[in-house]
Amino acid sequence: MSETLYRIAVTVNGVERTGQVTARTSLVDWLREHLHLTGTHIGCEHGICGACSIMLDGAPVRSCLIYAVQTDGHRVTTVEGLTHPDGRLSILQDSFCETHGLQCGYCTPGMLIAAQALLDANPRPSEDDIREAISGNLCRCTGYQQIVEAIALAAKRISGEPA
Amino acid sequence: MKSPAFEYARAASIDEACELLSQHGDSAKVLAGGQSLVPMMAFRLLRPHWLIDISEIAPLQYIALETDVARTGACTRQCTVQCDATLAAQVPLLRQALAFVGHAQIRNRGTIGGSLVQADPSAELPLVAQILQARLVVRAKSGPRTLTAEDFFTGPMTTALAPDECLTEIQWPVWPDRSTGSAFTEVSRRHGDFAMVAAGAQVAVDAAGQCIRAAFGVGGAAPTPVAFPDLAQRLVGTSFNQALLRDVAQQAAAALEPGADTHASAAYRRHLAAVLATRVLQSAYDTARAAR
Ligand SMILES: Cc1cc2nc3c(=O)[nH]c(=O)nc-3n(C[C@H](O)[C@H](O)[C@H](O)COP(=O)(O)OP(=O)(O)OC[C@H]3O[C@@H](n4cnc5c(N)ncnc54)[C@H](O)[C@@H]3O)c2cc1C
Ligand code: FES
Ligand code: FES
Repeated sequence: MSETLYRIAVTVNGVERTGQVTARTSLVDWLREHLHLTGTHIGCEHGICGACSIMLDGAPVRSCLIYAVQTDGHRVTTVEGLTHPDGRLSILQDSFCETHGLQCGYCTPGMLIAAQALLDANPRPSEDDIREAISGNLCRCTGYQQIVEAIALAAKRISGEPA
Repeated sequence: MKSPAFEYARAASIDEACELLSQHGDSAKVLAGGQSLVPMMAFRLLRPHWLIDISEIAPLQYIALETDVARTGACTRQCTVQCDATLAAQVPLLRQALAFVGHAQIRNRGTIGGSLVQADPSAELPLVAQILQARLVVRAKSGPRTLTAEDFFTGPMTTALAPDECLTEIQWPVWPDRSTGSAFTEVSRRHGDFAMVAAGAQVAVDAAGQCIRAAFGVGGAAPTPVAFPDLAQRLVGTSFNQALLRDVAQQAAAALEPGADTHASAAYRRHLAAVLATRVLQSAYDTARAAR
């Protein structure tokens, strides 16, 4: 059976990207397979793990639970979009390195997206706010503590407090 | 874990959505937030030929407050409802319940209407709809009709919605009483998981602190969430003494038909129902008294 192709135009990390997709192509598959933005990871593919988190119009969502065709005309930010334009890591990414907020790195892109969305909305989060913001992201390695520390450290640095 | 093939249509208006549903009927499904539908597609539990995306229809996304009712468009995102402070002041149970619905990433996408149509017996919003006796407006090409929550939820993951109907609006009654309190709680394996058992209550008191109106319900312990208007009536005119409260909660628990699974036995669910019902009723009553 030949499947219908749908033309889409999506602003990905500030750049308009176009493509032709089948209706069932998930956003994460389009990002990884067609745009070769493999920073976003695929874990469970049914909404449980959070590894595939991206921002859609600024809000963190699961890219495995959105069909690419649905994002036509919208704005997507992936983990690649968090770095500085020259490729240097962001304050948040640096903080993850410093506090050992990752081991295998599988959950990391999703954690970074969830954390960045939190900091965008609430630059001075409490520890509870941080835990709530990443509660939808599973990590099998770190035990979460260092991730929470990384986000708290980034918050301090962004607001200019001594860390 | 990839969805089966389907055709996609983004409906630009409610009329267009109803037209497409009347054309495709049984072979189509409405796509709202996709937070339940897409996983079911991935598991191949559903294989519709068409998905009709209603998530971009602006006239399905609103919160309109009137004196005795709060209307929400079916496609209003769960996060939008959760963040609306005015709505939270009028229908506090909604915000209290939404705190237990999945995680921020789910609520950013999931809609109010999607959760109600999904009709999971453990889901929080269907329970709130039952407790408050919400009314649901549904539309087919032939016209609209309005259902009570009680008539809408017919079984586990099953509603009275016909295949060519689209849920368009949910009407949440606003209690006029000045001293009203509400509470919602649940037990789940992890924060954000579906509830093993959930309970919610809303209580209003007079100047003397006596209950003048009460409503409560339990989710996750029967084929649909259940409200207990007759039992709640027994609390009216009282000051919620412990023995009465426990008796009312025990009777509610006894009337439930909890199932058993790997997470919890039927007996444990029944036990939780009584404990959580007592807790939310007491807490709603205390809040109402403090608001005098
Ligand atoms: C990890 C995870 C955790 C979750 N945890 C919880 C939880 O704790 N509690 C909870 O209640 N839910 C939970 N959910 C489900 C979530 O709340 C969904 O958003 C909700 O159940 C469905 O809403 P939706 O807008 O995403 O609908 P969709 O997934 O788009 O649709 C669900 C169903 O409703 C139908 N439908 C949707 N809107 C309409 C309409 N307006 N008219 C007619 N039919 C319609 C669809 O055809 C489909 O059959 C969770 C989901 C995930 C992925
Ligand atoms: S891959 Fe999307 S939530 Fe697991
Ligand atoms: S670092 Fe391995 S899953 Fe989080």
